[in-house]
Amino acid sequence: MMSAGDNKSTEGGKNANSWLGSEQRRLLIQEYGIFLAFVILVAVLSVSNEFFLTAGNISNVLLQTSINGVLAIGMTFVILTRGIDLSVGSVVALAGIVSASFVTSSATAGISGAPYPVALGLGIGLLVGIACGAISGVIVSRFSVPAFVATLGMLSAARGMTLIYGGGRPVPALTPAFRWIGTGNILGIPAPVVILAVVFAISWWILNRTRFGRYIYAVGGNPHAARTSGINITRTQFVVYVISGGLAGLAGMLLSARTGSALPQAGIAYELDAIAAVVIGGTSLSGGVGRVTGTLIGALIIGVMNNGLDLMGIQSYYQQVLKGALIVGAVMLDQKRNYGA
Amino acid sequence: MELLLEVEGLKKSFGGVAALRDGRFQLRAGTVHALCGGNGAGKSTFLKILMGIFGRDAGSIRRRGKEVEFASPADALASGIAIIEQELSPVPHMTVAENIYLGREPKARFGGIDFRAMNRSAQGLLDDLEFDIRATQYMMNLSVAQMQLVEIAKALSHDAEVIFMDEPTSAIGEREAQHLFAAIRRLQAQGRGIVYVSHRLSEIFQIADSYTVFRDGAYVGSGALADIDRPGLIHMIVGRELSEEFAKTNTPTSQPGIEVAALSCPNKIEDISFSVRKGEIFGIYGLMGAGRTEIFNCLFGLDRPSAGSIKVDGTEVSIAKPADAMAHGLALVTEDRKLTGLNLADSVRANICMASLPEMSPAFTMDRAREADASRGMREKFQIKAARDTMPVSGLSGGNQQKVVLGKWFLRNPKVLLLDEPTRGVDVGAKREIYRIISDFASSGGTVVMISSEIDEVLGMSDRIMVMRAGRSAGTFSREETNAQSLVHLST
Repeated sequence: MMSAGDNKSTEGGKNANSWLGSEQRRLLIQEYGIFLAFVILVAVLSVSNEFFLTAGNISNVLLQTSINGVLAIGMTFVILTRGIDLSVGSVVALAGIVSASFVTSSATAGISGAPYPVALGLGIGLLVGIACGAISGVIVSRFSVPAFVATLGMLSAARGMTLIYGGGRPVPALTPAFRWIGTGNILGIPAPVVILAVVFAISWWILNRTRFGRYIYAVGGNPHAARTSGINITRTQFVVYVISGGLAGLAGMLLSARTGSALPQAGIAYELDAIAAVVIGGTSLSGGVGRVTGTLIGALIIGVMNNGLDLMGIQSYYQQVLKGALIVGAVMLDQKRNYGA
Repeated sequence: MELLLEVEGLKKSFGGVAALRDGRFQLRAGTVHALCGGNGAGKSTFLKILMGIFGRDAGSIRRRGKEVEFASPADALASGIAIIEQELSPVPHMTVAENIYLGREPKARFGGIDFRAMNRSAQGLLDDLEFDIRATQYMMNLSVAQMQLVEIAKALSHDAEVIFMDEPTSAIGEREAQHLFAAIRRLQAQGRGIVYVSHRLSEIFQIADSYTVFRDGAYVGSGALADIDRPGLIHMIVGRELSEEFAKTNTPTSQPGIEVAALSCPNKIEDISFSVRKGEIFGIYGLMGAGRTEIFNCLFGLDRPSAGSIKVDGTEVSIAKPADAMAHGLALVTEDRKLTGLNLADSVRANICMASLPEMSPAFTMDRAREADASRGMREKFQIKAARDTMPVSGLSGGNQQKVVLGKWFLRNPKVLLLDEPTRGVDVGAKREIYRIISDFASSGGTVVMISSEIDEVLGMSDRIMVMRAGRSAGTFSREETNAQSLVHLST
C-alpha cells in the first residue's frame, strides 16, 4: 500500500522492455491492470467515435462521474476496513433536501430567514451526512452489528427521514449561488469535477501518507493483529463511516445543485454504483487490500462505458447488463490472480 | 517385503522455481516414518502431490508396487492414502459422525440419510480406536486434539493404509499428544504405515522408527532412528553443524522487571503470582487450555482481570488496553502469528512498523524515511530473508514471519517481552536464531516471560519455570531442580 509511489519508479521503469520476466509481468498487471483496461477502453472509444475525445464530451463524462466518484471514495475507506456502507444513496437524498431547504426562499421550504448563504447550506448538508455516518459508525464499531445490517437500517431510516422532512415533495428553486457548486466552472473545468479531484487528493493523502491510513489497512487486514499492536479498532471503524457519510452528504448537495432541485427520491441505488466502482478498482471486499486510485479509475470506467454506449446509440437497458458483466468480470480476474495458477 | 508406498524422483516447479527437485520416499507396513526437513525443504509440496492437490512434473508414485496417478484428492483417498492436515477444516455445526461421512452419507429411503446406521458405524470406528468421543457430539464442542482423533477415524473409514500426519501436535498439549501417540501405535499394530511430519525432534524420536530427510527440495537421506542421534539428525536437516541448540547466555540480575500478584480472571485463571527479574527468562509450561495465554491477555490489556496487581520496574501500573501495556514497555508475541500477529495482506515493512505508528508520525503524516529505516534495521538485525520489504509478509517462511513479529516489537525497545510459543511452526535453523534473539535481549537486561509447550525449549531456555494446571499455578521451579518428567507430571 505504502509502496504505490516507489513501485512506479522501480517497476514502471523496467516494464517498457520486453525482456521482462513472467513474475514481473504478473506484478505489473496486478498493479496497473485496471489502469490498462481503462486506457484500452478510452482508445477503442476514441477510434470508433470521433465525438468521444472532444473537450465537450470529456467534460461531460467527468461531470457524470463526479457524484459516483465522491461516493465511491468514501466507500473505499469503509470497504478497506472490511465494512460496507449501503446507506449512501439515502444519505444523498437526506443531505440534499435538508441543505436545499436552507438555500431556497423561505416560502418554498418554510425555513424562516431562508435563503441563507451558500456556506451555511453546505455546512448543514455535510453535518447531516456526518451525523448519519456517525450513527452507523457507532452501531458497527461499538455494538458489533454487522456493517451490512447497520447500514441497511440507515438506508431505510434516512430515506424515511427525507420523506418526512420534505413531506414527500421536492425542494425546488435553489439560489444561483448554491447551484454554482453543481453547474459552475473553474478555469473551464466543471466545479463538481474540481471537487472530486480535491476529495481524491485528500483521500489519497490520508490513505497513503498518514497514521490513520496505516490504521485503516491494518484494521482491515487483520483486526486481531491491529488490536494487539495497540491500534484503536473502534475509533478507526467509527471514523471511516463518518467519512463515508460526510462524502455522501457532499454528493447529495452536488446532485441537488446540479439539477436545481432536491428530490426525495434522489440517489436511489447509488450505493450499488459506488460499490461497483470500488470493486472494479481492485479493492477487496474482505478488507485490507485496495487503493483509492483504483476506485477513481473504476468510477471513470463506469462513466466512460455509459457515455460510450450512449454515443453508439445503444439503449440504456444494455448498459446495465454490460455493467453487471464488468463488475463480475473484474472480480473474477482478481480471484484468478490471487488464487489461480 | 512389499512397500506400502514408494516415491522416486518427484519433481515440481512453480513458475520456474523448483519447489521439489528430487522427492524420494519409502514406507513399510507397520511402521511410523518421520519426514523431516526445515521450512522450504519441500515437504509441503511433497504432501500436496500425494494428496492429489498438485500435479507432478516428473517422478513416480507406487502403491504396493503399482504405479498410481492422482488427478484429485478423491483419487488419492481411493488408493488408500489419507492426509491429516496441520490446519484441520471440520464443519463445526455438524456432528462427529456427519463429519466422518461427509459427502458419502449412508442413504435411507426417499433419498434421506440413514442417521442411525451412520452414527452406529462412526461410533464403531471411534470405539475400535479407543477414542473417548461420542459420534453424536457436535464438532465445535471438541478440543483440537479430539478433532484430530476424528480425522484419524475419518481416514480409517476410507480404509486408508497410508496415513500422513502433518504437524499433528502443533496445537495440542503434552498429555493429548500422548493420546495421539497411543492411537498411532494402534494403527501401526494393524499394519498400516504412518508418515509423521514434525519439527519437534523429541517427538520424532519418541514415536517414529525410521526417518527421511528433505533439504532444499531434495532427498538427503533416510534410515532407522535407532542408528542416528539427535545432533546427527539436526545436522542432516540443517546441512551444517550446529554448536548448541539452545543459545543461552543471560544471567538474571536482582532488580525486578515485572511482578504479578494474585491475578485472577473468572473461569480462566485464578490467583496467579510470579515475579521476573531483569535479565531473566521465565518459562511458563502447561497444557493447552491451562490458562497460559490468558495470563498474557490480562497483562497486555486484551482481557480484564477481576483482581490482582501488576508492577513494572517496581511501580504498580494499570493496564486497560494494549496501548497502556505498550506505554509501560511491554511487548506481546502472540501464539498464532497468522491469526493475531501479522497483517498477512500487507508488506514486511508495514508489519514491522505496525506497533510504532504514532511514534513514526509525530504530525499525523507518516515519516516514510523512518519507516524504511526501521524496516531495514530490523531486517538486518534479525536477518529476515525477504526479496524486498515491500513484498507481502505472507510470502515469507514461518521462521522469517516470526522474526517480523519480533522485529515489530523490538522496534519499540521493550522492557518486558511476553512470548507465547515463540517457535511454533518454525524450522530448526530459524529456531536457533530466535533463541539467540531472546537470549541476547535478556543478556542486555530485558525481562522475558515465555510460554511454551515444548519441554526441551522450556528447560533449555528458562531460568525458572512456572507450571500451569487448570488455570492455577502448580508451582515454580528453577531449571536445575526440575526435569521433563516432573514438568509433565505437574501439568496433568
